[in-house]
Amino acid sequence: MKCYTPVIYKGLSPCKPNAIKSAVLQSEQVQYVIKQLAKEMGESPDIIQEEATEILDEMGHRMQLGAVRFFAFTLSKIFKQLFQRVCVNEEGMQRLQHAIQEHPVVLLPSHRSYVDFLMLSYLLYTYDLALPVIAAGIDFLGMKIVGELLRRAGAFFMRRSFGGNRLYWAVFAEYVKTMLRSGYAPIEFFLEGTRSRTAKTLTPKFGLLSIVMEPFFKREVFDTYLVPISISYERILEESLYAYELLGVPKPKESTSGLLKARRILSDNFGTIHIYVGQPVSLRTLASGRINRCPYNLVPRHLPQKPSEDIQEFVSDVAYKMELLQIENMVLSPWVLVAAVLLQNLPAMEFELLIEKTLWLKGLTQTFGGFIEWPDNLCAKKAVLSGLTLHSNIASLVDGHVVLNDKGMEDGAVGEMVFRHALAVLMCATYRNQLLNVFVRPALVAIALQMAPSFRKEEVYSCFNFLRDVFSDEFIFFPGISLKDFEEGCFLLTKCDAIQTSQQEIYPTDKGSGTVSFLSAMFRPFVEGYQLIFRYLSKEMKEAFTEKQFIPGVRNFVFQLLEKGSTQCYEALSSDMQKNALSALVQLGAVKKKKMPSGFTYNVNQEAVSKILDMFDARIPVQKPVAARL
Amino acid sequence: LVNCFPKPYNRKAFWICSMLILSLMFFFPLRQELLKWNGWGYNDSKFIFNKKGQAEFTGKRYRLGGMVLPTFKEWIEKTFGASLEHKTTSRASLNVNDVPPSIVNEEFLQDLRATKISYSQDAEDRVFRAHGHCLHEIFVLREGMFKRIPDIVVWPVCHEDVVKIVELACKHNLCIIPFGGGTSVSSALECPEEEKRTIVSLDTSQMNRILWIDEKNLTACVEAGIVGQDLEKQLAESGFCTGHEPDSMEFSSLGGWVATRASGMKKNIYGNIEDLVIHIKMVTPRGIVEKNCQVPRMSTGPDIHHFIMGSEGTLGVVTEVTIKIRPVPEYQKYGSVVFPNFERGVACLREVAKILRALFASICLFLLFAKGHALKPQVASIFTSFLDGLKKFYITKFKGFDPNILCVATLLFEGDREKVLQHEKQVYDIATKFGGLAAGEDNGQRGYMLTFVIAYLRDLGLDYYVIGESFETSVPWDRVLDLCRNVKERIVRECKEKGVQFAPLSTCRVTQTYDAGACVYFYFAFNYRGISDPIHVYEQIERAAREEILANGGSLSHHHGVGKLRKRWMKESISDVGLGMLRSVKEYVDPNNIFGNKNLL
Repeated sequence: MKCYTPVIYKGLSPCKPNAIKSAVLQSEQVQYVIKQLAKEMGESPDIIQEEATEILDEMGHRMQLGAVRFFAFTLSKIFKQLFQRVCVNEEGMQRLQHAIQEHPVVLLPSHRSYVDFLMLSYLLYTYDLALPVIAAGIDFLGMKIVGELLRRAGAFFMRRSFGGNRLYWAVFAEYVKTMLRSGYAPIEFFLEGTRSRTAKTLTPKFGLLSIVMEPFFKREVFDTYLVPISISYERILEESLYAYELLGVPKPKESTSGLLKARRILSDNFGTIHIYVGQPVSLRTLASGRINRCPYNLVPRHLPQKPSEDIQEFVSDVAYKMELLQIENMVLSPWVLVAAVLLQNLPAMEFELLIEKTLWLKGLTQTFGGFIEWPDNLCAKKAVLSGLTLHSNIASLVDGHVVLNDKGMEDGAVGEMVFRHALAVLMCATYRNQLLNVFVRPALVAIALQMAPSFRKEEVYSCFNFLRDVFSDEFIFFPGISLKDFEEGCFLLTKCDAIQTSQQEIYPTDKGSGTVSFLSAMFRPFVEGYQLIFRYLSKEMKEAFTEKQFIPGVRNFVFQLLEKGSTQCYEALSSDMQKNALSALVQLGAVKKKKMPSGFTYNVNQEAVSKILDMFDARIPVQKPVAARL
Repeated sequence: LVNCFPKPYNRKAFWICSMLILSLMFFFPLRQELLKWNGWGYNDSKFIFNKKGQAEFTGKRYRLGGMVLPTFKEWIEKTFGASLEHKTTSRASLNVNDVPPSIVNEEFLQDLRATKISYSQDAEDRVFRAHGHCLHEIFVLREGMFKRIPDIVVWPVCHEDVVKIVELACKHNLCIIPFGGGTSVSSALECPEEEKRTIVSLDTSQMNRILWIDEKNLTACVEAGIVGQDLEKQLAESGFCTGHEPDSMEFSSLGGWVATRASGMKKNIYGNIEDLVIHIKMVTPRGIVEKNCQVPRMSTGPDIHHFIMGSEGTLGVVTEVTIKIRPVPEYQKYGSVVFPNFERGVACLREVAKILRALFASICLFLLFAKGHALKPQVASIFTSFLDGLKKFYITKFKGFDPNILCVATLLFEGDREKVLQHEKQVYDIATKFGGLAAGEDNGQRGYMLTFVIAYLRDLGLDYYVIGESFETSVPWDRVLDLCRNVKERIVRECKEKGVQFAPLSTCRVTQTYDAGACVYFYFAFNYRGISDPIHVYEQIERAAREEILANGGSLSHHHGVGKLRKRWMKESISDVGLGMLRSVKEYVDPNNIFGNKNLL
């Protein structure tokens, strides 16, 4: 048996999971809320205390070395079956080892698959590092034995939404903070909140992040390290599940029997996993000069306090910064490039051309700072071929041409055909999507160049700014630095000779027209998809509606257009895009979101939406943003 | 000097004059000659390494005097990486040629002579009053020279003299900087470099009489220049005391206490200076400010005493203070308790403060062993005699304690014997609950003695490339531990970042307890070999430490004051409006900035 003696936090006073629970229950923070609630509801504090105990029992982990060993043993077997290799940056592990000893550590991995946290814990165990406690969704508890096993391996469970439940919030926050303050174990959670079905980084959630940052704000700890971790899969375990889900076939509930059925995938090959452990980021360094600590000095630290606007803004900035770091360190496989090229050349593409284009895209990606893993200087043909082999469920080589595997039901009805094709496109898009956040700044400049009525810098910037706002939920932009993003995009395009800039103007070069059109084609599904969705909203939605009504409605709308052949934008069927488009309109003020007892309802401002549509079509100029520096 | 006196016209007058002249030439500077010109305290008291290379404390003034401290050398070498071979030497005496010239206009001198107030333009007198005891000030004395020092020193002997001096200053537009004991650690005594006017150092040391003692009301009216230990000694002759014992009480003055809002070790029983003061007389450019009666309390708007206390010489000169006195306590008893760690010690202090409040004179918590950060924990103690006593104890009683994190609380009880014993028992009972073990009376007494000699240590360090300083803050109880840990950690980090090659000493103690919080002292020292500008590095680190204190909910200062050293944080500390209130008071009281030491605001 492996001798597991992890390095631990220097200030750690060892304690059992149950000791943490009772410390949480006895804490001033939780006791305060219990007393408050007792007073408000006229109940005895004992009953509420009881409730808190139940919450804690439901939530708390029971980490046991035995369970960890069991997991490590079975996982190593399963992983060996599933994956060819797992690649880790060793120096990242070493940095993490130092960080864990020095200050409390928060691990922030990207979330593409359930494998993420299993793999990460397994890795830390293998490297003799302290095992993290992991914030997991409560749905796991639905799985009979597995839920308990996960619990013993260090998972703690949070309800999906508990904004209104003050007791739950207090207990949960205190539970996390107690573990952080004492340096009990690294705390792991997913900034994205859920698995990204599209392999595109989701916009961050702030709740848990603000909880783990609070002990530093209150100076209960000297510092906290935030460690961005990028986990990328050559082939995602849940790829087809995701595609079905995006098309509205519901996600199967987590259940043990489901897991057992899923074991047939064990015979499949899922390629390589790359894990990049980023440089630990010191929260103290991030906060220096930014946070006015006074509010925390004037109220006893155990009182629940709504974070000030300053703090909220800071938390949001940190969240975006961490996600951008994840993106920066995300390893891209050759197949990602192949997928991106292939999607622009449907239904079929000549194999040789595909190789040539893929190689060209490799160069471009590297110019843009993408982190490509090209195994041992493999020749391009082999790389593309191995990608095709691994993803033979998505695409295959037929007569020297590469085609998507969407012909499963040749004789089916038109609707069936559309669905099949959409499935293949969405699965393929999952891989292209991994490139998008690396490309988004130069690509939006490229699109803005085509949209803008002239090459004048201000006009291009206005269009860029408009696009950035519209796609603010689709891609990851650091808040409030539109101009800097624009300049970065221009710089990268200049670097690859796609554009030239003068004092007043930006214009594409002859040499770079290929790049510019490739970039805009890459993002065309989003531009077109959003237009379709906006059109649906401006035409069909006259009354208040809920998200539950909106998604099937817009799906049918797009589906019909696809059947008629009046659009080719299959990605508009993706519920992810539909939700993002809706929330973009909410942010732009074209749709009003109202909280009702039953949930949120939306009201479309027709005029505003059609105005946005017109801007897309460049029928009316985009409003000029203030950009004095241009 | 002789010229300024009228011709003797009879024997008696001649005799008086002779005595006056004698005292002018001999007595007035006497104190100054007893004290080090470039370090802390008395000339004859200091730490040295004797011929055997063992540390020794010289002189007979302190109980530690003449004692040899055998492990001290090893400690200093291990803790700081200092070595006896690497020595810096201060200049042996002041180089008079370096001293900026005294610029005083003749008309003022004539007016001053007419008042018969003694004065001096001598270089040594002026340099002696150009500084307090901040590290950078001592460093300048040892190796450089101040850019600006007072042009003239005056010695008023009574309230009326001060009135005359302030009037003259207003008439001639001079700058006055009051000087009491000279123990400031906030750069309060430094002359602003850009001050173009003549700077008059107003030395209050000759206003040192007890004017009256009122036994019925238990008050005494005292001139503000009196030094702490003299005040206690003289009151003791009549069977009284004030009970105000700041660590600097051998040298600091009553007026200085008032001007900085001082705090004494035994404040639990006697109160801090703001609780002790009944009446203050202060001379300002606007005139004299005082209350009309000597009452325990009055409700007449905001207390004007609170404009004066903590004004740090920016508004005027405190000349006479009526202060509460108490009969000398019948019985005094020291004590000490050892705790397994600092956390338990703090928890115990909190409990003692909650339950016993003002029933004991003082409780004070030390970390016994300074823990080297990057190095292995070393058993180290500053004071061996203190340690030896504890060691014996350690061996016999607490084998289960980890000596590296051991901490000790020293206790002082005062009052009638029965009560003292009763309270002592109560404290020990509480301590037991927190894992504390009583460690004897001797250890307690030694601990208190240390607070007086601790200040001498820095001068020794300076000889061996070690610079250090202490600073203080006050903090709510619930933040004490977090603040101590974070500030110490910040110091260690900053040292590393600033290129300090040896791990610094960074430790703390809790010196005062209140209902709502505690006063915490930090000690910080490092070996500066290899650093070209140690003072600058030191100041940056101290500044970072202060930022850390504020971020942790600590105060800018508990009793050292703001001076010029901590001015930058005043706005943050008391808000814009608060600062404006203080400014407008200054504006009204001293529109021409006669009291131009630039402290506080």
